[in-house]
Amino acid sequence: MRLLRRNLVVIAGLGTLAYLVLPNIVVMVFSFNQPKGRFNYSWQHFSLAAWKDPCGAADLCGSLSLSLRIAAWATLGATVLGTMIAFALVRYRFRARGAVNSLIFLPMAMPEVVMAASLLTLFLNLGARLGFWTVLIAHIMFCLSFVVTAVKARVMSMDPRLEEAARDLYAGPVQTFVRVTLPIAAPGIAAGALLAFALSFDDFIITNFNAGSTVTFPMYVWGSAQRGTPVQINVIGTAMFALAVALVVVGQLVGNRRRKSATAR
Amino acid sequence: MTAAEAPPAAPASPPGPPEHPVRKASARRRLVPYWLLLPGILWLLVFFALPMVYQASTSVQTGSLEEGFQVTWHFATYGDALREYYPQFVRSLLYAGTATALCLLLGYPLAYLLAFKAGRWRHLLLVLVIAPFFTSFLIRTLAWKTILADGGPVVSVLNSLHVLDVTSWLGWTEGSRVLATPMAVVCGLTYNFLPFMILPLYTSLERVDGRLHEAAGDLYARPWTTFRTVTFPLSMPGVVSGTLLTFIPASGDYVNAELLGSTDTKMVGSVIQTQFLRVLDYPTAAALSFILMAVVLITVTVYIRRAGTEDLV
Repeated sequence: MRLLRRNLVVIAGLGTLAYLVLPNIVVMVFSFNQPKGRFNYSWQHFSLAAWKDPCGAADLCGSLSLSLRIAAWATLGATVLGTMIAFALVRYRFRARGAVNSLIFLPMAMPEVVMAASLLTLFLNLGARLGFWTVLIAHIMFCLSFVVTAVKARVMSMDPRLEEAARDLYAGPVQTFVRVTLPIAAPGIAAGALLAFALSFDDFIITNFNAGSTVTFPMYVWGSAQRGTPVQINVIGTAMFALAVALVVVGQLVGNRRRKSATAR
Repeated sequence: MTAAEAPPAAPASPPGPPEHPVRKASARRRLVPYWLLLPGILWLLVFFALPMVYQASTSVQTGSLEEGFQVTWHFATYGDALREYYPQFVRSLLYAGTATALCLLLGYPLAYLLAFKAGRWRHLLLVLVIAPFFTSFLIRTLAWKTILADGGPVVSVLNSLHVLDVTSWLGWTEGSRVLATPMAVVCGLTYNFLPFMILPLYTSLERVDGRLHEAAGDLYARPWTTFRTVTFPLSMPGVVSGTLLTFIPASGDYVNAELLGSTDTKMVGSVIQTQFLRVLDYPTAAALSFILMAVVLITVTVYIRRAGTEDLV
């Protein structure tokens, strides 16, 4: 009993973690299901059919590749624009700083459905054709603020003396930026880019409003909740989860080894 | 694009090494921040701020799809929309508020565990908190349909413990069902936004100096007193940004309400979506979305004022 009381925080914390991970486990287990009927909600038989044929469900892989393409372009756009803003905010003095700050904060403080609806009003008024481009525009818009926040945090903690040292050693402004500033800011930029990719790839609400008849992967999943859920959805969900965990673990191992070799030296 | 190649490296205040045409260089340098800001800010102005203006104008238009809409300053749309959909509004705020409170209650122990007790397990646990992000949240929300299925293990256990009797008496569930009830929707909302609560909490808890705990203990504070008077106040920035990051998206969400709920659990996001994409009643949809925005912004401003943290951005 005393043991229980002393470890209350640990037990509660692990309980929350279980709550967080449980759906992923269900997704994984049900990727091996052979459902009866159109919906994959109750367990029937073990089967590898879906894993052998991940693109077996109609249009599934098309929507997946579309989502990946949109996420890649949105990440590129938001990262370039966001990094530029972050550098301007940290490194320079200029007018209207307050206004710029609020313009960057507001998209993060706005329910998605509000941005989605208002952007659609704009597109309808301009007579724009909804599809790939409108979705891409929307994604760059809402990822931008997150990139700015991530990069800003990193640039703010940078030691300006390193750049001064580079200038003292006769590095030109471009050389200083490419050889000193950029490498130091890189983790922040990478974090921002990763966040942008995840946000864009997983976005549903804004995409649903502005995509017209274009179907991204989240929209495909949404549609399948009405039409019938193919097991392949779970296969892709599981594969994504495994890939993410593997990437993080590998990154961790590489980081550890680098740190070790650095201390050994 | 050209601005990216410009030298943003040079700090503005100390003048760099003297260059040839001094005056021209400094004028150019003064323009650098504006060039850096231009593309991104323009993007936000055109695709974030301008749409708000369009929406404001749409909300006071009247007309029909066939004849087109005209601005007639018909403010009654707001009153009508509120009168017709206030249950959904109240419900959204209620569900989002409950989910936020639950996220704080569930998330705090885990953030505390990560910051102070995890030791060498910290990285693995952090990965487990973040990794679900990489599976589409719609797939994970659909998994709750399986978990909470009628007659499934979770529902059976809750039933045999008579938990469901209590919750149906409270109106959270119906009979021996959890799916298609308010409890399922709140459960889904809590699940979906929990990482947004845990990560800021963890960040601010991690900054708390462990020696403060020792000091409190040396001064004969019991663990609970230490937590109440030292740890929790120091984690306030995390609590504030965590609750905001949870409440704001939850209040406008309609995915959980549609997938896990029924027509009796519709939230205002659903209404906006239906009016906009299916009924094509643009003025009502725009008015509703404006009211939602106003409610959220006012709530957030009041909350930040009262919680007293300025440096959120």
